[in-house]
Amino acid sequence: MTAVTRAGRAKPRGGGWELAIWYLIRLSGLGLFVLALAHFSITHFVFDVSVQKSDWILGDARWGNLLWRTTDWLMLSLVIFHSFMGVRTVVGDYARGGLKIALTMGLYILALALFVMGTIAVTSLQAPVP
Amino acid sequence: MQYLQYRGGVGELAWALHRISGVAVWLFILLHVLDIWLVGANPSLYNEVLGLYASPLGRVGETLVGAGLLYHALNGLRIIVMDFWPATTAWHRQLWYACWAVFFAVGIPGAYIILSPIWTGAH
Repeated sequence: MTAVTRAGRAKPRGGGWELAIWYLIRLSGLGLFVLALAHFSITHFVFDVSVQKSDWILGDARWGNLLWRTTDWLMLSLVIFHSFMGVRTVVGDYARGGLKIALTMGLYILALALFVMGTIAVTSLQAPVP
Repeated sequence: MQYLQYRGGVGELAWALHRISGVAVWLFILLHVLDIWLVGANPSLYNEVLGLYASPLGRVGETLVGAGLLYHALNGLRIIVMDFWPATTAWHRQLWYACWAVFFAVGIPGAYIILSPIWTGAH
């Protein structure tokens, strides 16, 4: 059976890493459906963008609460995986040979750098002592 | 199985928009991790960047990012449904129209909330 759709990437055959990534893209996508849409709603509908200065982010409304830090770190992890693996699929469709390998490696390095930066920010930033 | 295949038309457009919106949201995420990094590294610069986000042009940009995110999220659900329940692929067109119905039902009030400070002068 050739279940070929152009909707998403075709399911890789034969198992292994590629199949695991195929499933994880969908699983992380479901998680982000909730987390990213809730995040966008909170930062644009519940609160206006203009009030979200650095003190506000580090205050009680957001990262003064450990639950928000945990939620935001989970969202960071899912979005880095989902978005970079998605762009990797795009690169794989349009680039070949050495260029494809170089671009894919570049994506992995950028993903790691942003994951580390985001993790440092969400875990370590403290509100300045008044 | 012929009914699981489609080329051109609605399916092709749904796929292309999923890819374009995905890359666009990815680009915003690169920017967004960097701007949040500034909260610790340089809070006053962060607040200046926030001022750009809250400007009229920034609000138009956020509306576009939100539109890309919403389309990608809704069409992503459609992809998951068809991947894990292949018979629904026969209804791919109707599922796509349902995505657009939700997109506009949520997106138009959402866009209004984000954009209205431009003309009301609030905030």
